[in-house]
Amino acid sequence: MIIFVAMQIANQVKHLVKKEMLLEWRSKYALNGVLLYVVSTVFVCFLSFISMPEKLTWNALFWIIMLFASINAIAKSFLQESKGRHLYIYTLVSPTALIIAKTIYNSLLMIALTLIALLFYCIVFPAPKETDLPMYFVAAVLGSLSFATVFTMVSAIASKAGNGGMLMAILSFPIIIPVLIVLIKLAKNAIDGLDRSVSLDDIGLLAVINVMVMAVSLILFPYLWRD
Amino acid sequence: MKKNWWKILGAVLVLYSTIAGFLIGVPRLAILHESIRNLYFHVPMWFAMIVLFSNSIFYSVKSLSTQSEEDDLKAVESVNAGVLFGILGLLTGMVWAKFAWGEFWSFDPKQNFSAISLLLYFAYLILRNAIDEEQKRAKISAIYNIFAFPMMIVLIFVLPRLKDSLHPGNGGNPGFNMYDLDSRMRMVFYPACLGWILIGYWVYTIRFRISSLVYKQQ
Repeated sequence: MIIFVAMQIANQVKHLVKKEMLLEWRSKYALNGVLLYVVSTVFVCFLSFISMPEKLTWNALFWIIMLFASINAIAKSFLQESKGRHLYIYTLVSPTALIIAKTIYNSLLMIALTLIALLFYCIVFPAPKETDLPMYFVAAVLGSLSFATVFTMVSAIASKAGNGGMLMAILSFPIIIPVLIVLIKLAKNAIDGLDRSVSLDDIGLLAVINVMVMAVSLILFPYLWRD
Repeated sequence: MKKNWWKILGAVLVLYSTIAGFLIGVPRLAILHESIRNLYFHVPMWFAMIVLFSNSIFYSVKSLSTQSEEDDLKAVESVNAGVLFGILGLLTGMVWAKFAWGEFWSFDPKQNFSAISLLLYFAYLILRNAIDEEQKRAKISAIYNIFAFPMMIVLIFVLPRLKDSLHPGNGGNPGFNMYDLDSRMRMVFYPACLGWILIGYWVYTIRFRISSLVYKQQ
């Protein structure tokens, strides 16, 4: 029985992720919009900084850009859809499948976005010399996963509260700050070119936070979804 | 009287710990000196805050399953009382920091993280103001409260251990473990914690009674 339910949910997740990707592919709104956002922000930063002598600034600026880009990218995942479509999805699939699918889709979107942004950022502002690039890459991927898990749930809460983007920012900042502190520490270890064993604790902590957030969202989302 | 004994106990304990906290001798430690007495006033605030926030989580979980307005009011009044104690904890810490570190706010990790964890609860209160419909407000704010609680635990109990802080008990500074052994201090500290927790709970019950009266009048 449990296996049957799990199979059914897995099937629903597959279709929902496919639907999200198809919608995105047809409009290409989120990806292009956020990419333009990232590129123009990096360009504005270039115009105001010209060159970046400080390693710390290099790191901080990247995470600030990524933070705002990811809030904008993920806010739309629930806010954009109409009440009618919510009701339609509600009748078709289980809420667990929906939150899993949204989180998976957002994670994929965020990873793609972060990698493109990191590439562009490195072209405009060359990375500090001793940077451990593979490790920085790991930090960026973990960061995009964490942003995706936290912001997906917060955007669901904000959309149910019916108060758009303003609420999304207020609700998500205090929650994302602890994640961001660990992320910046991890990224700084990578920039300083420290030995990789130093960063293992931070990676573990980030993984634990992600699992915890995901578990809490899975438990809470069915209550939120039912009107 | 039978029902109210804990209120009297709380008042007596707080009174006792305030008087004894200033009068009974303390061990002489480097850096801290007499400011060690702040332990009796600063630390109990955080204990009271944690107890009140846990209480609010309990009623948030309960209100999700019962959907009664009463549980929702208990959750929010618990948060209100908890925020009060959190602010008091920050203020007592800041006064102490002025004398020990030379500045009210020196961006020590402990100060920053506790301020951020209060931000979480301000966000919760703002979320409540943003929704008009009562049923919906109860449900959504309960969900946010439960969602934010693990993050507060990470902020207050996990992250400060990873950062270098000047706070007593961190990074080789004399702290709780060292003077914990002093029986004079223990005699004041434990009653102070219990007393402030009881007072905090009392504040919460009064607030709850007022707000449920207001709710019934509407």
